[in-house]
Amino acid sequence: MNFGNILNEIEHADPEVFEKVSQRRHIFKSFGAKVALAALPFAIGSMFKKAYGQSTGAIIDVLNFALTLEYLEAAFYQQGSANPALFPTAAAANAIATIGQHETAHVNFLKTAIQASGGTPVSSPTFDFTAGGTFPDVFLNYQTFLAVAQTFEDTGVRAYKGQAGNLISNNDVLTAALNIHSVEARHAAHIRQMRKANGFGDVKPWITGNDSGIGAVVQASYDGEENTMQAGIQIRDINGQAVSMNDASEAFDEPLSKDQILAIVAPFIV
Amino acid sequence: MKKETDLNVTTPELPGTSLSRRNFLAFAGMGVLGTTLISLGSCKRDSGIMPDGTIDLGGGDIGILNYAYALEQLEAAFYTKVASSFYAGASADEISRLTEIRNHEVAHREFFKNALGSSAIPDLEVDFSSIDFNSRNSVLGAAKAFEDLGVSAYNGAGKLIANADYLLLAGKIVSVEARHAAYIRDIISNGSFADMEVVDANGLELSRDPNAVLNIASTYLKSKLSAKNLPTS
Repeated sequence: MNFGNILNEIEHADPEVFEKVSQRRHIFKSFGAKVALAALPFAIGSMFKKAYGQSTGAIIDVLNFALTLEYLEAAFYQQGSANPALFPTAAAANAIATIGQHETAHVNFLKTAIQASGGTPVSSPTFDFTAGGTFPDVFLNYQTFLAVAQTFEDTGVRAYKGQAGNLISNNDVLTAALNIHSVEARHAAHIRQMRKANGFGDVKPWITGNDSGIGAVVQASYDGEENTMQAGIQIRDINGQAVSMNDASEAFDEPLSKDQILAIVAPFIV
Repeated sequence: MKKETDLNVTTPELPGTSLSRRNFLAFAGMGVLGTTLISLGSCKRDSGIMPDGTIDLGGGDIGILNYAYALEQLEAAFYTKVASSFYAGASADEISRLTEIRNHEVAHREFFKNALGSSAIPDLEVDFSSIDFNSRNSVLGAAKAFEDLGVSAYNGAGKLIANADYLLLAGKIVSVEARHAAYIRDIISNGSFADMEVVDANGLELSRDPNAVLNIASTYLKSKLSAKNLPTS
């Protein structure tokens, strides 16, 4: 598909599109609403390359960082799903398959967006999901697999959250990143429920304090989640409401920086 | 495509209140959200009550924060009613989790209330007459609608926020709303945490713009809200 075809498609759906294209801020509005989903990465890339030239480098860096994390998740679920004996029920296998499909879709979406923006997608690293022997039975033991899955999902949420500010100059890329971010949070919630249902950890769909329900080995992915101060406002007992310390920490997820995330995933990269 | 709101339309404001409210905001901002609030007053419209009683959310980032505050008021009111008398057959786990969700939504509501200070919209009047609070299906169906709506609203509002600190705050809240949404969906139908109603073929969740969100939310609100001064990009 080329860019001309996309514009034709949009014009068909939205006859006013060429008036809007002359005003940059209208461009992205029309794209978000009208472009066929499969065409969206091309549309994003083409438009922001034209409109933002100089800042694309920084944005491509963020997208490549996100791509690396999505490679990690996609490969993890692919390898897990390759061993059906890992899953005790069809529902469990299906849930992991669904999550894996989303991660693979994120990989493809980000690669396409980076290429269309004139950038070069990073290649997938080679992964060692035992993390150098820390999780030796990761694809053989359901409990270990879900512990690593929970950590990846909760970490992914923190990674996207930490990058949102770096995308603030580009509405469409920011929105796409947010639209991935909330999907990762849904994954995290479900995997946490899977762990609880199997008695692997006393966890809720949300993060309580900085407790992983897993152990010290993944603590770096949860440090800071215990925060109860937001923009200088103490959330615990706020305005006399029954908001406990646990409630206050659960109610707000916390970001991590790129460096913090890279340190967390480094043991999984050969 | 929907026509964009004409930004040149004159907004009715409460006579004589605007300037003093902005001054107070600038003052309050010193102790609340830091110095970032100060710069917002000069060219952005404050919230206000329009002559027909409609609540104008206002403009700029304050308008977006009021928009979020309105949605959190709605969610908090809903779960407060749910938790005041649980539907028949609620499991111990459901009672615990739904009570926690109530507390999270109350925390969000009160956070926005304090952060907005005198720029906050008033307390909203809700209309839950379409919900049967004794029925698990009705309550969880409404909860699913509220949570999915909330996630799509924050996802759609991100690009409308000018200040990176506020964008991060919205990000801190939206992922918790997504966790709520996934939980509610799973207790309605296990495995529906991120199904194709909310996630597309690229693995991306829905976004909704404020007008679409308020249109859906209006079913549950007696108060009328106007997004006409909110940023559009």
